[in-house]
Amino acid sequence: MTRPVPAIDVRGLRKSFGPTTVLDGVDLRVDTGSVFALLGANGAGKSTTVRILTTLLRPDAGTVTVAGLPLPARAHAVRENIALTGQYAAIDDALTGTENLRLAARLAHLPSAAIPGRVRDLIERFDLAHVADRRAGTYSGGTMRRLDIAMSLVASPQVLFLDEPTTGLDPRSRLVMWEAIRELADDGVTIFLTTQYLEEADRLADRIAVLDGGRIVAEGTPDELKSLVRGGYLELRFATDADLTRAASVLDGEIDRAALTLQVHTDGDLPHVATLLERLAAEAVPVEKFGLHSPTLDDVFLTLTGSTDETKVVR
Amino acid sequence: MTLLAHPTPLRFAARDHAAVTGRNLRRMLRSPDALLMGLALPVLLLVLFVYVFGGAIDTGTDYLNYVVPGIVLLSASFGAAQTAVAVASDMHRGIVDRFRSMPIARSAVLTAHVVASLVRNLASTVVVFVVAALMGFRPDAHLVEWVAATGVIALFVLAVSAVSAALGMLAGNDEAASGFTFLLLFLPYVSSAFVPPETMPGWLRGFAEHQPVTPVIETVRGLLTGTGIGSSAIVAIGWCAAFTAIGHVAATALFRQRTAR
Repeated sequence: MTRPVPAIDVRGLRKSFGPTTVLDGVDLRVDTGSVFALLGANGAGKSTTVRILTTLLRPDAGTVTVAGLPLPARAHAVRENIALTGQYAAIDDALTGTENLRLAARLAHLPSAAIPGRVRDLIERFDLAHVADRRAGTYSGGTMRRLDIAMSLVASPQVLFLDEPTTGLDPRSRLVMWEAIRELADDGVTIFLTTQYLEEADRLADRIAVLDGGRIVAEGTPDELKSLVRGGYLELRFATDADLTRAASVLDGEIDRAALTLQVHTDGDLPHVATLLERLAAEAVPVEKFGLHSPTLDDVFLTLTGSTDETKVVR
Repeated sequence: MTLLAHPTPLRFAARDHAAVTGRNLRRMLRSPDALLMGLALPVLLLVLFVYVFGGAIDTGTDYLNYVVPGIVLLSASFGAAQTAVAVASDMHRGIVDRFRSMPIARSAVLTAHVVASLVRNLASTVVVFVVAALMGFRPDAHLVEWVAATGVIALFVLAVSAVSAALGMLAGNDEAASGFTFLLLFLPYVSSAFVPPETMPGWLRGFAEHQPVTPVIETVRGLLTGTGIGSSAIVAIGWCAAFTAIGHVAATALFRQRTAR
C-alpha cells in the first residue's frame, strides 16, 4: 500500500553555523493533513529545522521537499503554500489588529476585493473583534499569538509551521491556543509544530519526533513513544529512613534514600495497587505520601536523551 | 534594492513594495519621536539659526535666504538617519521572518524603508519651506528650478537613507543604530550650510568645501536663490549616486548575512 504524498519530506538534513553543527542528518516525514510535533530542548535544533523548512535558511546538505516542492530550488513556490508563526510574534506592534491582517493579506496577494471579507472572517474566528482596532503592541501575549496565527492563515496555507506556539503563554492562553490548533487540524491543514513541552506534543500531535543534539532520536505516535519506557509505578514517601527500610523489606522496588521514596512497579491496576498498600498496612509502616505514576512523555524524553534538563519537563 | 533575486511577477512586486512602504509610513506617523523629528525639529532649527545665530552671522546676503537650503538638508539628514533605527528595529523582530516566509518580492523589506524615508522627508521639506516663507524667505526660483531643487533634495535624502539602512543593518539594536548615524548628522554643520567656508580656519575649510554636503547645498541654494552653482550640481549628483550605490550594496549584503542565521 502506498502512503499519500507527504507534506514534508526531509532526508539527511545538515546545517552548521561556523564550527557548530546544529543539524546532523535529520530525517522527517510528515503526512498531509496530520499534526506533527518536533520535540526537543532549547538548542536542540528545532528552530533551525523550521527556518530551513520555511525557506528562511538554506540547508548545507540533504534533500528537503515541502508541499511536494524541493528546497531551496523552489523556495518561492513553497512560500505560496506555507505559513510560519515564529517564536517571536511576527506582528507589527504599531499597527492595529485589522491593519496587521490587511497587510498580511496584501502581501499574500489576495485579490483586493477579497481582503475585507477575509480579514473580517479571521477577526471573528480568532476572537479578536474587541481588540481589532487597537494597536497590537497593547495586546496580551495570548492575543498577540492569536493575531499572529490569524495572519499566517490569510492565504489558506497547506502547511502551517508553528515554532513553539505556546512558549511564554500563561496556562489559560495555552489551552486556548491548543484549541485553535486542533480546529485547524480538523480543517485539514498540515501542522508542523515545535515544542519543548511534552504534554503539548502528547495532546496535539498525531506523530512526534524527538530531536536531540541535531538528530532525531525517536519518532512515532505518542503511544508508541510511551511504550518505549517502563510502565507505571507507585511511589511511596516516608517520614524516616527507618520506615523506608521497613517498607523495602516488604515490597520490592527502587529505593531513593535521599528523597525517602520507594518506587514499586505496577500496571496501575486497582486490585494490584490495593494489594501493595495492604501489605504495608499489615506491617504498620506509616506512609507519609503516595502517588500513582503512569508513563509520560517526560519519561520517554529522559530515557531517550539521558538528560535531566528541567526545561524539558514542564507541565 | 533590487539586488536580491525575486521571481515575483512585476505587478505583485509593485504591490509588495507599496504594502510594506504603507506599513512603514503608518509606523512613522504613530511614533511620537518620528513625528517630532519630521515636523517640529525643522521648524525649531529654522527659528534657532535665523533668530538666534543669524544676527551674528554675516554671509553678505540676507541670512534667511542663505540658511534655508541648509536647514532643509539638515532636517533631511535627521529624518533620513531614522531609517537606521527603523531597519534595526525590524531586524530583531519576528516581522522580517514573516515577510521572508511569504511569496513577496525580497527587496520590498529594505526598499520600503528607503521609499518611506523619501516620502516623509519630502513632507518635512515642504514644512520647512512653508515656515520659511512665513518668516520672509523669498526664493526667486521658477518652476523648473523648483523641480530641479526638489530632485536634488530627493537624491540627497535617498543617499542618506540608503547609508542609514546599511548602518541600521549593521547595528545590533535601536540605540546603536541611532548612534551610528551621528557622523551623518554632523556633516551638514561643517559645510557651507550655515556659514561660508571661507570664514573657517584653512584645514577645516578644505574639508568643508570638499565634503559631500557642500555641493548639494550650493546646488539647492543656487537653484532657489540664484547664487552661482558652477560644477556643484554635477559633483552633488555624483556624491549622492555614489552614496546611494554604496548604501544599497552594503545594506543588501548585510541583509543577506543577517538573515542567514
